[in-house]
Amino acid sequence: MEPHTQHLYEMLSKVEGYIYPNEIELQWGFLVVLYPYLTGLVAGAFILASLERVFKVKVLRPTYQLALITALAFLICAPLPLISHLGKPGRAYEILVTPHGKSAMAIFGFVYLWYLMVVLLLEIWFDYRRDFVIWSKEKKGIMSKVYRMLSLGLSDISPQAVRWDDRLGYFITVIGIPSAFLLHGYVGFIFGSIKANPWWSTVLMPVIFLFSAMVSGIALVMVLYMVVSYLRKAKIDMPCLDMIGKYLFYMLILDFSLESLDQVHRIYEAEESFDILHMLVNGKLFITLFGLQITLGMVIPLITLGILQIFRIREFWRKTIYLSSGVLVLIGILFMRWNVVIGGQLFSKGFHGFTDFKLGLAGSEGLMMAILWMVLPFVILAFLLWLMPPWKKLEEA
Amino acid sequence: MKVVAAGTGLAVLSSSLKSFQMLVSAADPPPEEGPWWGIGMDISKCIGCGLCARGCKTENKVPEDPFYFRTWVEQYTILHNGEVKIESPNGGIDGFEQSEQEEDIFKSFFVPKMCNHCAKSPCTQVCPVGATFESPEGISLVDASYCIGCAYCVQACPYGCRYIHPEKKVADKCTLCYHRLKKGLAPVCMELCPTSARIYGNLRDKDSELVRFLREHNYQVLKPHLNTGSKLFYNALSAQVI
Repeated sequence: MEPHTQHLYEMLSKVEGYIYPNEIELQWGFLVVLYPYLTGLVAGAFILASLERVFKVKVLRPTYQLALITALAFLICAPLPLISHLGKPGRAYEILVTPHGKSAMAIFGFVYLWYLMVVLLLEIWFDYRRDFVIWSKEKKGIMSKVYRMLSLGLSDISPQAVRWDDRLGYFITVIGIPSAFLLHGYVGFIFGSIKANPWWSTVLMPVIFLFSAMVSGIALVMVLYMVVSYLRKAKIDMPCLDMIGKYLFYMLILDFSLESLDQVHRIYEAEESFDILHMLVNGKLFITLFGLQITLGMVIPLITLGILQIFRIREFWRKTIYLSSGVLVLIGILFMRWNVVIGGQLFSKGFHGFTDFKLGLAGSEGLMMAILWMVLPFVILAFLLWLMPPWKKLEEA
Repeated sequence: MKVVAAGTGLAVLSSSLKSFQMLVSAADPPPEEGPWWGIGMDISKCIGCGLCARGCKTENKVPEDPFYFRTWVEQYTILHNGEVKIESPNGGIDGFEQSEQEEDIFKSFFVPKMCNHCAKSPCTQVCPVGATFESPEGISLVDASYCIGCAYCVQACPYGCRYIHPEKKVADKCTLCYHRLKKGLAPVCMELCPTSARIYGNLRDKDSELVRFLREHNYQVLKPHLNTGSKLFYNALSAQVI
């Protein structure tokens, strides 16, 4: 018997109550959990960058380029788990070539390309063009050519030309903010528009996805800034870190309120699906929802970050709290995606039973593959930081 | 100038309204001519023999494992204490055994299930490449050579009628035996049903067996609140049926 079939027989033995016979197999596994997670990190990181650029929160300057490059590294990888999960990955291009106009998923290619090509690449290019020109002159050999290529041959770095870069970059960022909202709100819509599934089907889903995206993206940049500074043996800019921590705290409050509103609404309405969802959250999702998502990923960071807003604490402890809160938030949001994607498939659409999910280690949908897609953005990020180091830019400035 | 502007505005509005309507209804309007197939199930006639599900597996080469079904039969047992027990071992292919004591049973019945071939099918709506489509006869089909295997349609079907084919790695579902219909033959599940609990017919033909069935029975569809435009009509459908 094939391992896949063997796995399904094992799941069949774990079915509780009655589920439709085609529902034993979960169609969307951990890779689909990663897709909204990675996309959310992109949107959140970009929003943090735009705070400095558009909303003139100048204290965030040390993290501006880091946030943009992080967004780019993660955006490059965001569709990969989705594509590798497809039954026919070789046909993925059909979404772009012959999209079905009424499908929410069909818009993905365009939203993605718009965000990658128009928003992120352009903004980064306008921001770095001057540096590419300078570095192409400083470096020798192949790196000189690489930087010249990256500048697209536009070597005018007169104050007037640089001012234009700045203006156009600003313009792109302004476009980028609604685009970031669109990108992740849209990912939430993919789930929220499935009326067959009451766990997903809520108008709040795009908004919840959006705010959780901002939370995770801000946390990621905060953690990365601290780790990169540590690796570079550079001093952390504490006003900047405090400000990121403050934004993370505010976003967590908003996200927590929205998710609570969603749950309160479900409980108060107590629709047809209420009983099965009640059993779901108190049973199969208990640890991942109440333990990992809410307590570990939301309540503890809210308390610790909240303490920092009230009390003046020594720098070492502030850094420790920021780092641990950031990591906890990142874990919490990952499990928020897990609870949405996996949780939404654990109960039958007939509301009379549950199937089970077991994450395999190997295979195309296994943990190893998921780890690969999780690690890849960090590898790309490391390369990009080496190629276009923000700190070098800052030194020049 | 104002008239031109108003006229242009009206034209733009009316054209966008049309697209909006199409988006909302999730389906193109049915063509004016030709058959528009629907299905009727008479629960009071189904004996739970499972021949339909067995025949479907054979005819359509549906994988034998008990996780893949284009059609199946459910047994409902409602006890005197109000408890509802639903079972479908191997989709009902091997028949059913009643495990409850007869004196405890309030009533028991069988419900055949299959694709509802919805007129506003959520599965067709969500398919990102249009591999799932509606035939001119109102049958929801999958182009296996085009499907990317994203399983969005499986998630969108409220009735659990779709699966990803384990070998082909694409979505698979009931076609109402389209290959047989085109030759004037009945879908195999209906051909095999010994009690004629399953029927099909042209919803446009007022003399068709299905239209007569609808006229003579108090029919219902599953999950009407989801507004899928289901074309699978049940007679004697109890409130407990999911």
